[in-house]
Amino acid sequence: MPRSVKKGPFVDDHLVKKVEAAKAASNRRLIKTWSRRSVILPEFVGLNIAVHNGKQFIPLYITEEMVGYKLGEFSPTRTYRGHQGKSDKRSR
Amino acid sequence: MARISGVDLPNNKRIEIALTYIYGIGRTSATKIIEKTKIDPDLRAKNLSDEQISQIRGVIESDYMVEGDLRRETNLNIKRLMDLGNYRGLRHRRGLPVRGQRTKTNARTRKGPRRLAVASKKKI
Repeated sequence: MPRSVKKGPFVDDHLVKKVEAAKAASNRRLIKTWSRRSVILPEFVGLNIAVHNGKQFIPLYITEEMVGYKLGEFSPTRTYRGHQGKSDKRSR
Repeated sequence: MARISGVDLPNNKRIEIALTYIYGIGRTSATKIIEKTKIDPDLRAKNLSDEQISQIRGVIESDYMVEGDLRRETNLNIKRLMDLGNYRGLRHRRGLPVRGQRTKTNARTRKGPRRLAVASKKKI
């Protein structure tokens, strides 16, 4: 079941603060965040946000299409190196 | 032989069922179409009058997205996810289940037939 519309999209307060600060200063520096659970708002479009995946920050340029998804969806937490038997094309 | 929305040729089944041969029309929408056109659902597809067929055609054209258009839309949606670079898109790209199902076992629909790793015999 989706979240009630009444509540509006969930975004962590600290992230909103950072975004507003970045917008006010209009600098395009990376905003580092651990808040993978936050929904991407229309205000985020055009910003560079680095989303933590548990190990490092994955830089992400927010486009209009990403609005409505959560930040964590764009920062994969697992590395899949393929299986032994296959040709080693996928392994890094 | 009735020909509705393109290539579909439902046979001598009840019209309610025959409509489900169209991609994008299942039992629910078939029943709704029949209700809307007020056709007897027990009528065989071959016994439909031309007028009834055109009625059905009209309803499908105005209310439903079927066949090619529907397939195209679905593919575009999947493609959009893949281009977006989010988790769901990645799963589509890899051909793995998208909605968090287990992959240790099962997931054969997405992964396709088993690719068995044939153990190479070691020569002494």
